[in-house]
Amino acid sequence: MVEVFEEISPADFFYRNRDIAGFTNPSRAIYSTIRELVENSLDACEIHKILPDVYIKLLKDSNSSGEPNKYRIRVEDNGSGLPSDIVPLAFGQVLFGSKYKLRQTRGTFGLGGKMAVLYGQITTHSETKIISSNGKSTIFEFHLMMDIKNNKPEILKKETYHNNSKWHGTIIEFLTEADYTRAKAKILEYLKQTAIVAPYANITFVDPKGRFFKFDRFTTTMPRPSIETTPHPHGVDVETIKRLVGITKAKNMKDFMRAHFQRVGETTAIKFLDFSKVDQKRNPKDITPEEIVLLVDGMKNYNAFMPPDASCLSPLGEESLKAGIQKEFNPEFIAVHQRKPSAYSGFPFIIEAGVAYGGNIPRTGNILLYRFANKIPLLFDEASDVSWKVIHNMVNWRHYKISADDPLAVFIHICSLKIPYKTVGKEFIADRPEVEREILNAIREVARHLSIYLSRKNFIEKERKRLDIFSKYLPKMASFSTKLAKKEKEPDIMPLIRGLKKYEEQKE
Amino acid sequence: MRNKKSESSIKKKKEIMIQTLHNFGLQIYDQLWNCEFPWTKMPSRSINNIFYDSNLRQYILGDKAVKRSANNIRHIRPLTQMIWTALFANELSTQKKTSTLRDVFYSAQAYEMSFKDQQESDNIITDLETVIGHSREDFNVFPEERSSIFGDLTIEYTSPGYEGRRLNLTSHPDGMMIGPALTNAEFADCKADKVIAIEKGGLFTRFVEERVHDKFKAILVHTAGQAPRATRDILRRLNQELELPVYIFTDGDPWGMHIAMVIISGSANAAHLRDLNTPDAKWSGVWASDIVEYKLPSDKLTELDIKRLHELRKDPRYRGKLWKKEIKTFLNIKKKAEQEAFSRYGLTYIVDEYLPTKLEAMEE
Repeated sequence: MVEVFEEISPADFFYRNRDIAGFTNPSRAIYSTIRELVENSLDACEIHKILPDVYIKLLKDSNSSGEPNKYRIRVEDNGSGLPSDIVPLAFGQVLFGSKYKLRQTRGTFGLGGKMAVLYGQITTHSETKIISSNGKSTIFEFHLMMDIKNNKPEILKKETYHNNSKWHGTIIEFLTEADYTRAKAKILEYLKQTAIVAPYANITFVDPKGRFFKFDRFTTTMPRPSIETTPHPHGVDVETIKRLVGITKAKNMKDFMRAHFQRVGETTAIKFLDFSKVDQKRNPKDITPEEIVLLVDGMKNYNAFMPPDASCLSPLGEESLKAGIQKEFNPEFIAVHQRKPSAYSGFPFIIEAGVAYGGNIPRTGNILLYRFANKIPLLFDEASDVSWKVIHNMVNWRHYKISADDPLAVFIHICSLKIPYKTVGKEFIADRPEVEREILNAIREVARHLSIYLSRKNFIEKERKRLDIFSKYLPKMASFSTKLAKKEKEPDIMPLIRGLKKYEEQKE
Repeated sequence: MRNKKSESSIKKKKEIMIQTLHNFGLQIYDQLWNCEFPWTKMPSRSINNIFYDSNLRQYILGDKAVKRSANNIRHIRPLTQMIWTALFANELSTQKKTSTLRDVFYSAQAYEMSFKDQQESDNIITDLETVIGHSREDFNVFPEERSSIFGDLTIEYTSPGYEGRRLNLTSHPDGMMIGPALTNAEFADCKADKVIAIEKGGLFTRFVEERVHDKFKAILVHTAGQAPRATRDILRRLNQELELPVYIFTDGDPWGMHIAMVIISGSANAAHLRDLNTPDAKWSGVWASDIVEYKLPSDKLTELDIKRLHELRKDPRYRGKLWKKEIKTFLNIKKKAEQEAFSRYGLTYIVDEYLPTKLEAMEE
């Protein structure tokens, strides 16, 4: 028997492997759909420094009861919008993104959004409607379907309208199969946590029963946008070099190094090529596979590169993180801290940590952990995450006079050009030593602030109790002794109590 | 009535005590009036401040003092409780009412001065005793346990409604209960010439039946085990005011011996108080040597008994010759006997034979 091999399109590949992209079942699929679309919307706003307004509506489409069922999903944003020639490709064709340039975003090259559309199409066999404008004179409306086998968008209908109000943004709407009943809790948790990391966004969700969930903007300060950058030599593999030599305009290896990698100037390029035993005058187009391997080995082992540049990253910033926590938990105390940039395997990253105490944070007998990566909440597999390990095995909470019974939540955000996820599921961070160390130091810093706050609070509490005791017993002493001494007038104890208060204020 | 040595003590004692309580109230009042945190000083009752005074023949407190100050967060509550207790004691005394320790515990609740438990209220009462130097019986707070007295002594009540009324203590063959009224009564007339204190109720009844009070002109006091403080107070008054010798009969074991000793030399717990002991009282049996001499039916000493004897041997109150000798004999014969053991020679033997011999020997 002869095995038949056939070439498949990227769209086909995802269709066959939808499990790994988070579309395992109708419940998980609707969660992933909302999540991917919301993340695309937030990215579309933030890159252009627009304060995001995101509106999500989910509506049951058929009269049949029970789950799973057909739902109509609609997500609107006020982002930068898309040029009309890009729209069909952006939603109707699965593309591998460019690997030549790197940028910190929530989604990966919009791939997740396309998966959502694809899943909708294969479960309901219906079209996707996209309305978009970049704020100029025209609004475009497309009705698309994806030709999965050939990975091509099919435009069923295209309309243009006059954009009187200079509206900018994107609206996407399609039918999909979902089990909202089972997914509801996770969806709401996802939105709540997204509101924590994006306190500058208005997020509104109308669920199939018409219930209205609003997460209001709390601050107008936005984090600096991320910047597109070239890769650092430490983080490059053979495939990337192969592709780079295919597209490069450089005429020799020295210029090639300078053009496509960060932290490589004239001197570094010469020294490095010497180190790797690759001729600097060689034309990149003629380079052999053996030389590519030599080059990649050299990049891994050469120690004199400057560490990766983190200025391309977009951390939340301490103020935003604080605002987000404040908004969702209204705690009694918050401490936040942003670590200095660090790097693992050529990828810069920044750890931000927050700790919140009291307020709406419940006492669960455990420290609550909220994890975020590139501004998206991670909701699954908490116990496998490096942050969990740090919190439960590495931080000595007793040292900070904090116990698991305290109403305490810890927030960890990592932003990086490449998040070190442990698996393709992208739900938990691997325990890379560099990342682990940064998380540990960040938590220690905020825990120290909390510890100071708590001891001060205890002190004040103790002083208050002290004053209560004095205020309770001194009047009794006055009354009893007056009777015992057979006097008429009770002595005035207020000067004594005032004296105590004064004494306490001085101590504060 | 025999010539009374000291003047009737009851009325005077009460007056002094009420004045002391009043002064204590004044002290606190003045301190508050001067915007000072109230405080008081009293001798420390901790173990290392309790000493045996061989002149007084009782335990006393040393020079170490503790200061209770309202400025100290840990002191303010007990100090307030003490002032309340003083006020309560003052009311009891001036209104001639009596109360029990338990009663004090509950009464405090009416003033939002709740004690955690009776232990706490008992401690505060002991503090007040220490500060004013009077025992709680003086301000009419009594424990629950009661003992009794029988004999040809006529008392005159001072209790409200009974003032001036008299009672002869042979009126009832079970004896008269030594309660608050009897404790606060004056001695009016006495035909007896000695006092016999008896540990056990059975023997007390036997003595009444056998008319020991007649035959020996004795006042009989039933201590009911370890004598309550009111009973010790009565014994002392009989000894001091009426100059009656006091003889104590207990079981022949270390515990009986110690019942006698507490009547004679007081206890460490009452080291802050005076005038509760009767230094001239005599322990008249059952001695260890009586067990040998009278061949009394006996039990073996238990390990606990022996341990207790070794403790008593080190106790400064047991330095006397008689005590040393009897402890040694106990340890030698390793036996003990109850008072009732004399019954082997017939019910009246103890009265007819043992008692006369013993009293004669003691009077020599």
